[in-house]
Amino acid sequence: MGATLARAAVHHAPPQGFIRKYVFSVDHKVIGIQYTTLSLVAAFVGMALSWAMRIHLAWPDARIPLLSLLSPNGMPGGVMTPEYYLSLMTMHGTIMAFFVLTAAPMAGYGNFMLPIQVGAADMAFPRLNMASFWVTFVGFVLACATFIIPDGPPLSGWTAYPPLSAVGPAAGPGQGWGQNLWGLSIALFCVASLLGALNFIVTTLELRTKGMTLSRLPISTWAWFINAGVSLLAFAVLLPTCLLLVLDRLGGTSFFIPGGLVFNDQLQPHAGGSPLLFQHLFWFFGHPEVYIIILPAFGIVSHILPTFIRKPLVGGWKVITFAMAAVGTLSFVVWGHHMFVSGMSPYMAMVFSVPTLFITIPSVIAVLIWVFSLYRSNLRFDTPLLFSLGFLSLFITGGIGGFFLAQPSTDSYLHATTFVVGHFHFTMGLSAIFATFAGFYYWYPKMFGRMLSEKLGKVHFWLSFVGVYCVFMTMHLTGFAGAVRRYSAFVDDFMVPLIPTNRFISVAALLLGAAQFIFLFNAIWSRFKGPKAADNPWGATTLEWDTTSPPPFDNFGGRQMTVCHGPMEYDGEAAVMQTSPESSVAGT
Amino acid sequence: MDQSSVAATTHHDVVMEPSPYAIEKKKLGMWVFIVSDACTFGAFLFAYGYMRVGAPVWGTPFEFSSILNGVVMTAVLLSSSLTMLASVRAAQAGAKASAMKWLGVTMLLGGIFAALHLREWFKLIGEGWRLFHNPTGGAAQFGATFFSVTGLHLSHVVSGVIALAFIARGYQRDRYDASHVETVGLYWHFVDLVWMFVFPLMYLMNAR
Amino acid sequence: MSGKIFAVLVALITLVTAYCVIAHVWWMPVDISVHGPKIDSQLEETVLVAGTLFIAGQLVLAAFVFLYGTSRTKTKQIPGGAKPLVLFAFILVGAEILALSFIGSKAWGAVYFSAPDPGSLPIDVQAGQFAYYFRYAGPDGKFGNLHPELINEGTQNYFGLDPEHDPDARDDIVTAELAIPVNKPILLTLHSKDVGHSFYVRELRVQQDFVPGLNLPIHFTATQTGRFEIVCTQLCGLGHYNMKAYLSVLSQADFDEWLKKQAAMQ
Repeated sequence: MGATLARAAVHHAPPQGFIRKYVFSVDHKVIGIQYTTLSLVAAFVGMALSWAMRIHLAWPDARIPLLSLLSPNGMPGGVMTPEYYLSLMTMHGTIMAFFVLTAAPMAGYGNFMLPIQVGAADMAFPRLNMASFWVTFVGFVLACATFIIPDGPPLSGWTAYPPLSAVGPAAGPGQGWGQNLWGLSIALFCVASLLGALNFIVTTLELRTKGMTLSRLPISTWAWFINAGVSLLAFAVLLPTCLLLVLDRLGGTSFFIPGGLVFNDQLQPHAGGSPLLFQHLFWFFGHPEVYIIILPAFGIVSHILPTFIRKPLVGGWKVITFAMAAVGTLSFVVWGHHMFVSGMSPYMAMVFSVPTLFITIPSVIAVLIWVFSLYRSNLRFDTPLLFSLGFLSLFITGGIGGFFLAQPSTDSYLHATTFVVGHFHFTMGLSAIFATFAGFYYWYPKMFGRMLSEKLGKVHFWLSFVGVYCVFMTMHLTGFAGAVRRYSAFVDDFMVPLIPTNRFISVAALLLGAAQFIFLFNAIWSRFKGPKAADNPWGATTLEWDTTSPPPFDNFGGRQMTVCHGPMEYDGEAAVMQTSPESSVAGT
Repeated sequence: MDQSSVAATTHHDVVMEPSPYAIEKKKLGMWVFIVSDACTFGAFLFAYGYMRVGAPVWGTPFEFSSILNGVVMTAVLLSSSLTMLASVRAAQAGAKASAMKWLGVTMLLGGIFAALHLREWFKLIGEGWRLFHNPTGGAAQFGATFFSVTGLHLSHVVSGVIALAFIARGYQRDRYDASHVETVGLYWHFVDLVWMFVFPLMYLMNAR
Repeated sequence: MSGKIFAVLVALITLVTAYCVIAHVWWMPVDISVHGPKIDSQLEETVLVAGTLFIAGQLVLAAFVFLYGTSRTKTKQIPGGAKPLVLFAFILVGAEILALSFIGSKAWGAVYFSAPDPGSLPIDVQAGQFAYYFRYAGPDGKFGNLHPELINEGTQNYFGLDPEHDPDARDDIVTAELAIPVNKPILLTLHSKDVGHSFYVRELRVQQDFVPGLNLPIHFTATQTGRFEIVCTQLCGLGHYNMKAYLSVLSQADFDEWLKKQAAMQ
């Protein structure tokens, strides 16, 4: 036993040398920053793709010179082909859903903050943690590599429905090695997420410091913990789904390919598979996935709000935590609502519709808690609060759209229209992004020891907030008119009148994207020139604010942290640190 | 606690109070892994069931000899669970030599299982079964599901044997202790448990 | 200051959105099917319920942000704490959800659970990259069997029919346009020749995927004559945006005339 501990202690001495310190580091803080940086790069890649798409939609003949260098085939003469549009769309969805929305708020902030918030020196399995990041990194490189292979990226969408995704090059350009790389990239992402989830669960349960009972966990820790549980089950199903898809493509099997398919008058050799099997497996993962994306956002906002409204959330830790747990659990029984028009039995559609509507109850409880916590509070309008309020507004809007899509009857009209695009960008896409921004502005001082510029932060917020509504609310509205999603050009009689509206969306999207460069500049400039951050600049109570900014290698400089309170001891100006032996101000 | 003494041992096992669940973190980690891996197997078996129910004709290729082979494999794997248990018991009692002996027997049984399994595979491949081909004219999905499900299980057995060897070596050199043996034992029992699903579903239900 | 701007902004966005929806600035086209009004009224109902929640939610958020600035030293929880909120969510939202599910199931049931009229006109629809083809049974009322290996675009054998050996196939009428008689129940059977596609006619309030390997029936009755677009809404490859056909709803006499003309062209 003694030998084991000595070895472990050696592993926790601060590493020397650049590579061990910043590249192949086992320190959760470095890994957290690595994940955050990877997501930031991925977010700008994904955004650039959406820019290219929106430019093409508004001005189909526009020349986009940089892209034509990247892909002479997909952009002959700089003008986008329909198939390249679909490739960009596929990669936009894939990169955003996996490498940004799943990675940043969970693996990025969670890695950095969770061990500190529970008072631990590191994750339970630091080397596994390092492996998670590097596997994710390789997955991202593979995803990006699809852009430089001759065949180009796949065009089957982030959902990769077979047979389009499964039969190979016969189905069209991009369906050769691009789709294989896609499958492998996502399979790697699954492995990394599983390892990460395992680490989060064990760390939360095992490494809590003295006095850190479950009821005293910060809500963000709760959210990461619950989310790790959801990820553990969901990614464990996506992994075999990707493997079977790759097997269909490379091994000649027919899991997802039925018989009698004909491409270019050529009968395919496959028989007996079922595209619906893929849809069931994919959405069994896919619906929990949207909660995997939004639960950390719930946690971040619930963590940030009390600091900036200077009072505990209504109902304390319990109600919000139970609401999150209920959302996480229910997310596993609603996947069929993505398949209302897929030829599923109409009885099954009913079976899936009811829990889908019921999952709104815990979500509504969470929203009511956040909104009514503002009652007679003491709002401090720093950027993290603005983005949290922005999250609230976006999430309410997104949730409302869900009412239309949860019912098979209304969904049968709105399915695959831009209403759906607007809906998921509000609920999971931009809600989660806003919470991620809130977290970024909130934790940046802790992560880098510098303050971000408040002025730039606010400009970033206002432009983003208005931009999001201009882009995605308009998409909701055109959805009512039946505008179909995933079209690379508008040639249908009923789509043509919507071209001016689409031009408006494109302009708004370009401005929304441009606003993100303010953020990027702020993040980079403040890293070097920002004012030095105090240990606890926001007057918060949790353990991450109870150490230096940035924290030392072992997080607390060898101090033994003893927790005496819950995380939400605020009353106006007064606030009590979790470690403070003083009696609480909010009576929990 | 004195500041300097805490700083000397920064590892959290010393700084933190013992876990409220009285379970070691690597053991809990293994349990969590098992839950997730069970879902992965579950998805494969779901795909198998889906394919099988949907197939108009499902070839059932296994003759008595194959079933017998499967029964022997099952017996071998089950006994390996017992020997694993013996090893954990011995390690916990501090009887290192005995624990090493049982670890060796477990690895040997794992190896025999893999060998028997591969023999079955090669026999099927010799008869013309492929991932995409059914020589009896039934659904090609038999090969696809059989080879992928048992292949996944076989890869678990093989990596289990490698893990056992790795732990045994560390245990021999005192780098690992009884808890490591116990943790790898958990994995081994899980692989065994999965076979208890795979064998009836893939073999018995496909007996001619 | 930030708070007031935020509040005004949220209120403004809410009002503009509400106006656009209520004034039907962008809205569904005219409905031409028998089942359509049920879906439309369900949608209107949802607009009412969800719209109320939307406006209430955003305005309460805006009001709180407007009212509670940084002046307070002592804060106060909402009277009663979390219990009324949780109860409210359960009862009000739960009731609305139940109402929507029940009324919604009725609309859904009316469309999808009802058996097709036995006197329906059966039409076989095939989707492929990137075109639809339609097949009428012809005078014998029987569809010929499909042989995918015989599909040949060059000889215009889009369905893979085998008229030489299959008498049922000889009089099948294959068209690139879907014409149907008005006020007559129609039974479509959807099958795909390659990848997933979808059959979406906004005016019919019908959207149904083609799932390769399955024959999926849908039935409807059109109530107005006219020409409407059928478009693909399931991503099917590079030509997805341009995959469409036309639905012509004709009077019975016009339809018979049209079918005769098509038969002569086979």
